[in-house]
Amino acid sequence: MELVTKLKQSWRTLTMVFALILIWIIFQYVTDGAFLESRNLSNLFRQMTVTGVLAMGMVLIIVSGHIDLSVGSVVCFLGVTLAMLMQKGYAPVASLLATLGVGLLISLVQGWLTAYQKVPAFIVTLAGMMIFRGLSMGVTAGVTIPLEDSWIKAFGSAYVPVAIGTGIAAVSVLFMIVTRLRRRASALQHGVATSSGLLTFLGLLILSALIAGFTYTMNNYEGLPVPVLVMLALMVIFNFIATKTVFGRHVYAVGGSVEAAHLSGVNVRKIVLGNFLLMGVLTTVAAMILTARVESAQPDAGQLLELDAVASCVIGGTSLMGGKGTIAGALLGALVMESLNNGMSLANMEAFWQYIVKGLVLVVAVWLDVASQKAR
Amino acid sequence: MAAASQTVLELRDIVKEFPGVRALDGVRFDVRRGEVHALCGENGAGKSTLMKIISGLYPFGSYGGDLLVDGQVRKFAGIKESQATGVAIVFQELSLVRELSVAENIFLGREPSRFGIISWDDVYQKTASLLNDLGFNISPSARVGDLGIGQQQMVEIAKALALNAHILILDEPTSALSDTEIEVFLGMVRTLKQRGVACVLITHKLNEVFAVSDRITVFRDGKSVVSYLARDVNEHRVIADMVGRELTDLYPRIDKEIGGPILEVQHLTVPHPTIPGRELLHDVSFTVRKGEILGIAGLMGSGRTEILMSVFGALHGKRKGTIKLEGETLDFATPQEAITRGLALVSEDRKRLGLVLEDTVSRNISLPSLGKLTRFGVLDDDGEMKIAKDFVRDLRIKTPGIQAQVKNLSGGNQQKVVLAKWMLTKPKVLFLDEPTRGIDVGARAEIYKIVGEMARAGVAVVMVSSELPEVLGLSDRVLVMCGGRVTGEFSRDEATQEQIMAAATRFSH
Repeated sequence: MELVTKLKQSWRTLTMVFALILIWIIFQYVTDGAFLESRNLSNLFRQMTVTGVLAMGMVLIIVSGHIDLSVGSVVCFLGVTLAMLMQKGYAPVASLLATLGVGLLISLVQGWLTAYQKVPAFIVTLAGMMIFRGLSMGVTAGVTIPLEDSWIKAFGSAYVPVAIGTGIAAVSVLFMIVTRLRRRASALQHGVATSSGLLTFLGLLILSALIAGFTYTMNNYEGLPVPVLVMLALMVIFNFIATKTVFGRHVYAVGGSVEAAHLSGVNVRKIVLGNFLLMGVLTTVAAMILTARVESAQPDAGQLLELDAVASCVIGGTSLMGGKGTIAGALLGALVMESLNNGMSLANMEAFWQYIVKGLVLVVAVWLDVASQKAR
Repeated sequence: MAAASQTVLELRDIVKEFPGVRALDGVRFDVRRGEVHALCGENGAGKSTLMKIISGLYPFGSYGGDLLVDGQVRKFAGIKESQATGVAIVFQELSLVRELSVAENIFLGREPSRFGIISWDDVYQKTASLLNDLGFNISPSARVGDLGIGQQQMVEIAKALALNAHILILDEPTSALSDTEIEVFLGMVRTLKQRGVACVLITHKLNEVFAVSDRITVFRDGKSVVSYLARDVNEHRVIADMVGRELTDLYPRIDKEIGGPILEVQHLTVPHPTIPGRELLHDVSFTVRKGEILGIAGLMGSGRTEILMSVFGALHGKRKGTIKLEGETLDFATPQEAITRGLALVSEDRKRLGLVLEDTVSRNISLPSLGKLTRFGVLDDDGEMKIAKDFVRDLRIKTPGIQAQVKNLSGGNQQKVVLAKWMLTKPKVLFLDEPTRGIDVGARAEIYKIVGEMARAGVAVVMVSSELPEVLGLSDRVLVMCGGRVTGEFSRDEATQEQIMAAATRFSH
């Protein structure tokens, strides 16, 4: 009985998980078992990192009631910046820091225009999308710039040694169990509704099994890909920011009601600017991963990435009206999107199908959301 | 005479259930032609639910019992069908398009047109004659967003009547109106009654009920407990039936000590944000002392709300004058600064400005105090929950839990959440703007008690209210505003409703 109510409460996450499982089963069947091979899954997770990293920043921006359409072009521009600086002979660390500086400057300007000058984010970042695409094409003169050999390439294709990967997984499981149990204890102490011991145990068991299975699969191929590790680390950090800091709370309050937040002493403009700056960090990370993976910066890289990021958030339960959305949801959304990309390529379906199917999944996800809200 | 007593709307044994609650339980209710039938009851008693059934918002099949209009059982599937039979509802929350003109709003969705082209002359002429007929002094071409709330209400009513409604349901129609506007409104209800319109009036203001109603039905806990002729009963009887107990004294008498000045506002002048040369506030000065409750009375648009918003740093634009807090001259440029210095504002519009509706009780309470609820930058969830739990217990906030969304609470309990959130900031000065608007009698008394207790603990309270009994019952001193100026100041003992009204209408130009 309790299980049923619990399932009802988190039905949104569950439908997404079931959709994901369904997609995986279908592809497994269509590709004659190639889809769920360790090698392909390792690939799949590596491919989703760029979208996943951007989706985490996008969630916060959308939750606060704005949007960032420039991330695809900015990622491209930052990739070009990074590759060109290294080509000029600057050290990888210096080039990376300079790229981060450019990324922060871009987000500072866009955030300032949005938060302090009240130009709608849609317009500011639409302009940014055009400007940085144009700049990328201009500075490269339309030519691909190869990425010099350095440790940065590790962020594209390197793997974490099996032993270390297993260690990280073990620590994560332990950490998860401890935090869950502590949260449950405090909920019990304050009379907040929480799941029974059995259900908590089952939940932890399933999650631990997932982590174990994931690690096993990755290790079965070459180990945990470095970009995936980066993404997971960012997930922990951003989840912490969203749920455990004053800043994160203020983001959700601003998204829920700007006026109420303002009158409660929230510095709305600072929050919005802060979100853009976080996005500046994430676009830099995404640019590094993308450039490292293809070992070059291309002037047409990252096209439509912004829409993939937005779609991931929305599939993951983020409301475009603001106020609602989670980091984990966005990553799950990104995984759904990338599974579709990967599976359809693997099944040798023509590229046009990917757009059509992704579009359908997006609209169905939101339709389900709207329908369920009406039903309640 | 037979026509005059004809029953036009009748409800028989209405039952409506929501998951876990029986919102209406065997309700019987009827209205006759040319009659005003008042519906009284605390919030959550089921009045609004019943209105949603009558209007077709809750369609036939989602409730039990019969709904009859003009003697026929009706099975409304939606609001269009109820409108077609002549039922019109004016809801508490206005549903006008602010960017359109009065006439455009009144004819919205049914613009008179020929070959798809709107005949604007028709729209404006018909609107003008309708407004004239009703005695409303509003220009048909005025933009609705530029009108005061009182006038917007009138437009809403005109819109309902333009549909030839013969059954008019008014849900808290006067909650946003000033006293003069209410007089005009009540006069209008009498006119409609003479024309044979049947009115259902839902309001918390019993003086209005007695001013215009013929019959009164009291709702309690989803049941229609009693109906009587208005002339047979008095306010005490109705209140007793509403709460199910005798209410001894609404306004608490609290023995408290009034100390030295906390907040001193001198020569506060605020220009109008868009109209050059006009001023929202002109040379306003006042002082509030430790433990004192200062009431601010005045009509709508007299600058009452603006005083609070301006001092709190929530009004844009330049401000002249000085503000002193405990003797120190300060300039609150943003609410953030004001809150840090010990000010708190319970705003007029609870749902839009006071709360993040989608958020939980506990998150709303902690919002202004999050900075204090962290350890090394990490939120202390444990502490947050404990605080919320304590407030829910101490203020008797009726909620399924501290993790419940505030949008699901009743108005009174929402307001308690707002009060809790400010109590947590430990303010020196508490601003209250219409603290009991739309709140039922029972919760009202509790809110007065909370405010009284805060004053006793040394908080300086400034309370803006349209309800004179509330101002007189709670304040130690009363300031009266008119046209952005202070036009009167009275101590609790010397203030009377007549004096306040006189000062509130003392226009200087």
